[in-house]
Amino acid sequence: MELIMPAFAAVIIIFGLVKRVPVFDCFIEGAKEGFLTLYRIAPTILGLVFAVGLLRSSGAIDVICTALSPVADAVGFPVEVVPMALLRPVSGGGSTALLISVFEDCGPDSFAGRVASVLAGSSETTFFAITMYFGSVGVRRIRHTAIAAVAADLTAMIMSAALVRLFL
Amino acid sequence: MLGYIWSFIIIFSLICSLFLGNTQNFSNSFTDSAADAIELLLTLAGVICLWSGLMKIAERSGFTRVIAKLLSPLLKRLFPRLDKNSAAFEAISMNISANLLGLGNTATPPGLKAMRELHRLNGEGDRASDEMVTFVVMNTASLQLMPTTLGMLRAGYGSAAPFEILVPVWISSACALTVALVLAKAGNRLTGRAKWS
Repeated sequence: MELIMPAFAAVIIIFGLVKRVPVFDCFIEGAKEGFLTLYRIAPTILGLVFAVGLLRSSGAIDVICTALSPVADAVGFPVEVVPMALLRPVSGGGSTALLISVFEDCGPDSFAGRVASVLAGSSETTFFAITMYFGSVGVRRIRHTAIAAVAADLTAMIMSAALVRLFL
Repeated sequence: MLGYIWSFIIIFSLICSLFLGNTQNFSNSFTDSAADAIELLLTLAGVICLWSGLMKIAERSGFTRVIAKLLSPLLKRLFPRLDKNSAAFEAISMNISANLLGLGNTATPPGLKAMRELHRLNGEGDRASDEMVTFVVMNTASLQLMPTTLGMLRAGYGSAAPFEILVPVWISSACALTVALVLAKAGNRLTGRAKWS
């Protein structure tokens, strides 16, 4: 599995060689554009990481979790996974850290551990993607993007608990 | 929209820190989180530049056109207004295939390129086009077929069957993606203005 990425790169390079493309010149040109891309998304990422940092350090995330645990309990969602579910849309690294803490506290094969795994595997860093992609081109009116994306995240949350009950 | 969410997060955090007595932590995180952001950007910088370079080779050699052709039966349905041979269509194809392979960071450079192309087709306006909404929503759902990192994490923490979660992950992902696409399409129809170059 760890070979997927190198294999993908090798296929691209071999294809380029077969088609007689100046491979290294292209690479340099593309890498240069990569820096421009980075320059374009950097401010957005700074703003988002800052907000997530505040949420965690202020204890606001714990407040929200406490407020939401009765709701989670009522729909059969494990309370231990609520912090991870909340952080998942904004921070990949942050939610991975919380996924690991669920593994440490409950074990990966516990109900909570399994639900956390399925949720981690079936959701993405929603708000991160939205701000980065729209921010990169300066589009501010994103219409119904956020609603559709949040609905998808909620679906993943409900489905992960239901499917673990059903299958495992 | 994002401005409101962002402001709300900051003001809400400030209020929470006052009530919880976390003010020292809170003010520390003003500098810490800025430093975290730069650290994240440095990690991203390597991957983005490397894969932008490789993607340029893929583009120039016609590899992206091959991928676009493979995915076009599916993507044509999702982006009916896009020309199959357009740069936008090719970039979207590369982004989606990298996502399917679980190469999240690899998918970002073609994804950003797709946004630039869609933005150009949209007349550089500040209102998202139907295609932009559909495309970004697809990127907020998980398309990954093989959650490798997750499996390795589970194994690392002593799971007896690290990949037992595979089938639930697929079903849950498929449901979430379906909800996202249905809502994106429905919203496009409801709020769209069919004006396009």
